[in-house]
Amino acid sequence: MKVIVNIQLKNGVLDPQGKAVHHALSSLKFNEINEVRIGKQIILDIDENDKIKAEQRVTTMCDELLANTVIEDYTIEFPAC
Amino acid sequence: MLVAVAVFPGTNCEIDTKYAFEKLGQDVVLVFHKEEKLPEGTDLVVLPGGFSYGDYLRSAAIAKFSPIMKAVIDFANNGGKVLGICNGFQMLVEAKLLPGAMKRNESVHFISKFHPLKVVANDNLFLQKCAIGEVLNIPVAHGEGSYYIDEVGLKELYANHQVLLTYCDEKGNVQNPNGSIDAIAGICNKKKNVFGLMPHPERAIEEILGSDDGVKMLQGFIA
Repeated sequence: MKVIVNIQLKNGVLDPQGKAVHHALSSLKFNEINEVRIGKQIILDIDENDKIKAEQRVTTMCDELLANTVIEDYTIEFPAC
Repeated sequence: MLVAVAVFPGTNCEIDTKYAFEKLGQDVVLVFHKEEKLPEGTDLVVLPGGFSYGDYLRSAAIAKFSPIMKAVIDFANNGGKVLGICNGFQMLVEAKLLPGAMKRNESVHFISKFHPLKVVANDNLFLQKCAIGEVLNIPVAHGEGSYYIDEVGLKELYANHQVLLTYCDEKGNVQNPNGSIDAIAGICNKKKNVFGLMPHPERAIEEILGSDDGVKMLQGFIA
């Protein structure tokens, strides 16, 4: 099954990339933006049909490797196939 | 003293590191990341700079699972001396041998230049030959060197004299090139046997190449 992991910097941790993109958007006259935050998306195709088991495994993957939980939060999603 | 310098795919400072310690009269062995053991009699492990595993995912995120890192973590937990320079510092925080985390530079630019550093604490092996407040001129070369730690962690670092070096100007006033919390450039662990810094002391060992301030830093490890 497909699992989508979204990783972003925690609230309160400054996101320099987001800031730079915000600045660039402002210079293109997109003045309605309050904030830009940039994260990353990791799409996994895993050999597991049980959603609960899959979520447990992916949570472990996030904690051990995919995210650095000192500065990053993550969410796990199961897209409708 | 036997210095083991770990080499990962994408490491690019191992030869400079070897050269620096050999110039200081030490024996140096390069250890490939697939090795599971450190050489017999290793006194100091150096995790050198570079771009291990292409910096994929996050700097040093993948290197921490290399076979040699298990040996390095055991070595450190048994009191062995470990120095992480640049990407090596990133490995030490990723492996949780040092607290905090490393973020993209605030400017989003890769910074490569000489930068003055101020010695904040010298009650440790690494900086024992430097004076508190002394300004050292050492090259920096990194894109993800913005050191982050939460407030509680930061207080602990100061309380235990674990903040070793901060970025400054030539006169020692704060000058922060990358957005690190409190302009921190280098720290150590509580037990003071694991050291990490973003700047490159191994690139500052000959005056003809700009600075030899790195010599007295590295000499700290040589009893």
